[in-house]
Amino acid sequence: MATVGPHLHFIKQGARLTPRSKHEGTGRELTMKTPQILTAILATAGFISGAAFAEPALIYDMGGKFDKSFNESAYTGAERFKAATGSGYREIELQSQAQREQAIRRFAEAGNNPVVMTGFAFGSALAKVAPEFPDTKFVIIDMVVDEPNVQSIVFKEHEGSFLVGYLAAETSESDVIGFVGGMDIPLIRRFACGYVQGAKAANPDVQVIQNMTGNEPTAWNDPVKGSELTKAQVAAGADVVYHAAGGTGVGVLQAAADAGILGIGVDANQNHLHPGAVLTSMIKRVDVAVEEAFTQGSNIEPGITVLGLAQDGVGYALDENNQSLISDDMQATIENLREQIIGGDIRVHDYVSDGSCPVS
Amino acid sequence: MDLTTIVQILDSMMRLSTPLIFACLAGLFSERAGIFDIGLEGKMLASAFFSAATAAVTGSVLLGLLAGLTAATLLAMVHGVASITFRGNQLISGVAINFLASGFTALIGQNWFQLGGRTPSLSGDGRFLPVDLPFVETIAGIPFLGKLYGELISGHTLLVYLALPTVLLSWWILFRTRFGLRLRAVGENPEAVDTGGLSVSALRFQATLICGLLCGFGGAYLSTGMAAGFIRDMTAGKGFIALAALIFAKWRPGYALCACLLFGLLEAIAIRYQNIEIEGIGTVPLQLMQALPYILTVIILAGFVGKAIPPRAGGIPYVKER
Repeated sequence: MATVGPHLHFIKQGARLTPRSKHEGTGRELTMKTPQILTAILATAGFISGAAFAEPALIYDMGGKFDKSFNESAYTGAERFKAATGSGYREIELQSQAQREQAIRRFAEAGNNPVVMTGFAFGSALAKVAPEFPDTKFVIIDMVVDEPNVQSIVFKEHEGSFLVGYLAAETSESDVIGFVGGMDIPLIRRFACGYVQGAKAANPDVQVIQNMTGNEPTAWNDPVKGSELTKAQVAAGADVVYHAAGGTGVGVLQAAADAGILGIGVDANQNHLHPGAVLTSMIKRVDVAVEEAFTQGSNIEPGITVLGLAQDGVGYALDENNQSLISDDMQATIENLREQIIGGDIRVHDYVSDGSCPVS
Repeated sequence: MDLTTIVQILDSMMRLSTPLIFACLAGLFSERAGIFDIGLEGKMLASAFFSAATAAVTGSVLLGLLAGLTAATLLAMVHGVASITFRGNQLISGVAINFLASGFTALIGQNWFQLGGRTPSLSGDGRFLPVDLPFVETIAGIPFLGKLYGELISGHTLLVYLALPTVLLSWWILFRTRFGLRLRAVGENPEAVDTGGLSVSALRFQATLICGLLCGFGGAYLSTGMAAGFIRDMTAGKGFIALAALIFAKWRPGYALCACLLFGLLEAIAIRYQNIEIEGIGTVPLQLMQALPYILTVIILAGFVGKAIPPRAGGIPYVKER
């Protein structure tokens, strides 16, 4: 508003006032503006500190609350908590990188407890803010922050990705499958690496085309680029494409459905987005993690929680939308693999552990 | 690089250039008539939203297109009233329109669909589907032509096919009709047009109207042709790239087409080649590939365009009498 206000004022001046009175007008405008802005800031601060006490708070990352994937999964969990307990929660969607620290601090100052944030990118901001509020509990998903009042929840995405990679390679007729990542970070490479390992386990000759959308957080929300990347992979022969790209993935699944090939969803169950054209979804139970954190409230235990196949933290989605795509035999094979991974008979390499992937 | 790859890149170039072409022509009409318009971005965004929203509700992409055109035209009229009738600063009015569009699309979108500013995903008749041109099957067997025709020329959405004739039509209107001559005159020397007994305001309003319509096509293409639904700020600077292309093209339709195709091509290459292995040097990093369009833009704009002279009366509100 602050930017638009003076502009509109200017338009009026250009129409009527002489250059001299223009200067006077601008000056007056500015001096009048300052107290208004101050009042506005004070009002906002008052509003936030006056919020209900000890409600949990949730901060979404830049993919946006309705990315049909990672953040939306967190939202689902929060809504479940609301429905189950009847108590509310506070939330904010980030618009820019600079808001991270500010958002965490605002919620902590307002007495919200615990403050849950979804995304690795909050790591450094939380490491800075957490010691300032020793009585507030923080929960971060997808990142480990080593502070006495932080619970870090990480998922073994490579295990879930292994299973969908196996499915993809088994289903593929061209022996070429694709992967579209969001932002190029180790976490997303972990998805990719697990996927390739699974695919190679099913068929050592399968070729996996890998693309990342970009290096900026905006890469989580660029469906047009997601669909272009998918079209390129389809043109190169891929007939199953897995995405780990948040909101960008909406474009990936759309392009896959348009091209008549199969997509694989991520984080939330995305099978319903294009029934019959989504092979499965690599589910990551962010919703359970958020609901759990909200339910435990301020009593939540600090530390590191690792959720893998064994804890049902990750998995693959099977519902009425993809029933016809996965045969009973296939399902039995996948269940068997799942047992083997849980039992330790199959070790899925974690990209993040050493920054490299044994297969590509 | 084999033929298939080249055809695919060119195919992608066509898709990515289309919104730029519409926006660039929109800017061309407006600026040729002496109205600078940096609100192309905002008008495209408004059109993208309203066409996707209407298509989502009614299930008809044509109604959506109509709504998008209306929205963009209304914003163009706001710009016209501010900068022609009230002789305001054209740049500032443009900036205001960009802010306005970015804000109200997300706000209205959230209010209508409760999806955080998105519209629901469009399917079926709700969006422009690829059009297969006739005889694709017939000539598919011919080695070079079959591929070129089947994959590059055929299979785009209606609006892509509309973009190219629009360039030709714009050239014809601007350089071969009386209206075009007057439009250009009003951007170079409005006093002369006024002396000739024509209304400067009316001509400029007509140019602004055409600008709004063309932005409307560009925006509608983004949300109903290229993607399948609206997302917040989905224009992502395309209106500004179109402005750069316009300067690059020295305010000429033919060059504008080439400039837009070049920007589209650079984007297509950056999307496709994330990791290029070069013998002896190693892998070209992803970051460089993604920065390439911008680096080339700077080099091209700085080195190869020469002097770009804007229409002389551009940006100056016309005052009939002092």
